[in-house]
Amino acid sequence: MIRRADRLLASPDATAALARRLAPRLRPGDSLLLEGPVGAGKSHFARALISALLTEPEDIPSPTYTLVQSYAGRTGPIWHADLYRLGDASELAELGLDDAFGTAICLVEWPERLGDAAPEGALRLTFAPGEAAEERRLTLTWEDPRWDDRLKGLRDDAA
Amino acid sequence: MGETLTILGLESSCDDTAAAVVRQGAAGTEILSSVVLGQSDLHAAFGGVVPEIAARAHAEKLDIAVRRALETAGVTLARIDAIAVTAGPGLIGGVLAGVMLAKGIAAGAGLPLIGVNHLAAHALTPRLTHALPYPYLMLLVSGGHCQLLTVRGPEAFTRLGGTIDDAPGEAFDKVARLLGLPQPGGPAVEREAAAGCATRFALPRPLLDRPGCDLSFSGLKTAVLRQRDMLIAEQGGLTRQDRADLCAAFQAAVAEVLAEKTRRALAASAAPALAVAGGVAANAAIRAALERVAEDAGAAHVAPPLRLCTDNAAIVAYAGAELFRAGRHDGMDLAARPRWPLDSAQPALIGGGRKGAKA
Repeated sequence: MIRRADRLLASPDATAALARRLAPRLRPGDSLLLEGPVGAGKSHFARALISALLTEPEDIPSPTYTLVQSYAGRTGPIWHADLYRLGDASELAELGLDDAFGTAICLVEWPERLGDAAPEGALRLTFAPGEAAEERRLTLTWEDPRWDDRLKGLRDDAA
Repeated sequence: MGETLTILGLESSCDDTAAAVVRQGAAGTEILSSVVLGQSDLHAAFGGVVPEIAARAHAEKLDIAVRRALETAGVTLARIDAIAVTAGPGLIGGVLAGVMLAKGIAAGAGLPLIGVNHLAAHALTPRLTHALPYPYLMLLVSGGHCQLLTVRGPEAFTRLGGTIDDAPGEAFDKVARLLGLPQPGGPAVEREAAAGCATRFALPRPLLDRPGCDLSFSGLKTAVLRQRDMLIAEQGGLTRQDRADLCAAFQAAVAEVLAEKTRRALAASAAPALAVAGGVAANAAIRAALERVAEDAGAAHVAPPLRLCTDNAAIVAYAGAELFRAGRHDGMDLAARPRWPLDSAQPALIGGGRKGAKA
């Protein structure tokens, strides 16, 4: 069964705040698939989430050209991938991303490029523009029941 | 300057595979050869669309690049004084391929090995091309990078500011994508902007109202998107003039933000020269704005040629020569580093979550 939760994010700050609240709930082996068009807030969400998990503050550059950036997080490695430029799903092995899916916290932008290689049990976050300029609509979807617990109370937190 | 040095340089940290031979002596520095296999022209300046991500591809091409570089230079390994190799930052597989080959050549030929920071190699380019004396202010501005650095020596960099999200080259690429223009986005947007009016649309000037030299370009791309969607909603589509005006407004915003932050950095560093390197410096409007900044501050303005601003191994060999003279050698334990900040003393640039960063 596919479960679903919707959030309205009033501003970039609200997006970052949600990312920071989700961050401590994640465990090694968790994958987040970040979907949505250019400018929907995927990278902004990823940066806020990664910075909340870093042991030492450091730059979080865009992974658009390098495809992946990895970080040392409090609970283990964090991988931030942007697959827009990925030519072929077979290149995932070259990047080491398929190994990382089982062991690291992985944030993947443009996950459509994964094809059949999408990690099982991932949490899918779909960002879309809202009514107001600063507003975004976020839809979370998942099948793996472990996310029921992980996400419990996340909606009720103050924004 | 002492004896003449001949350095073999290797570069494989991003999309291109490159090798070069550089000779440095009392008469100056000469690039004897510079071989770049891959996307070698303007495409690399703003990041191509198809990456050469496979370490295997670099490994297959590196020895060919080295052989060609030696042949073109007319030297054998017996005439080389040291091997310089990009040891990071970059895509780890590619960096590893370069470091492994450099170690092999160094061990086989009995030559010293020097690991070079890829960003340092770019930052030292004005010394290779113009023998620019230290200190100087360096604006590194490309598809993947945007930093303002005071350069005092081959390993002495102070970061005054940088982008907290995307680099300008990436913003150009994405704006091109949003407006149905081809990649690479930099030249495409510049061509359109030439026929446009920069003042019809009011785009934001991110972080300009805040003190300091940090920059932000991600929101600018989103502002272009919003303006585009408003036009489409109002009139059912975009005219060619709309597109040209959007490009002109975007380019003007990038140029103004870069110029103002560079002006502040130049004042803060008190350096007598401004050097600009990176593919984005190929944009005529941005280049002109930065030249004015240097002129207003009474500083010299140096812009190395574009072919040395994109990824190549001549700048790695040159950086290796400076490091070699400074006594830097690396052993067989030289590690490939995916991340390698030039100035680790400065706080990290964190977008959005800035509040959590230590000051």
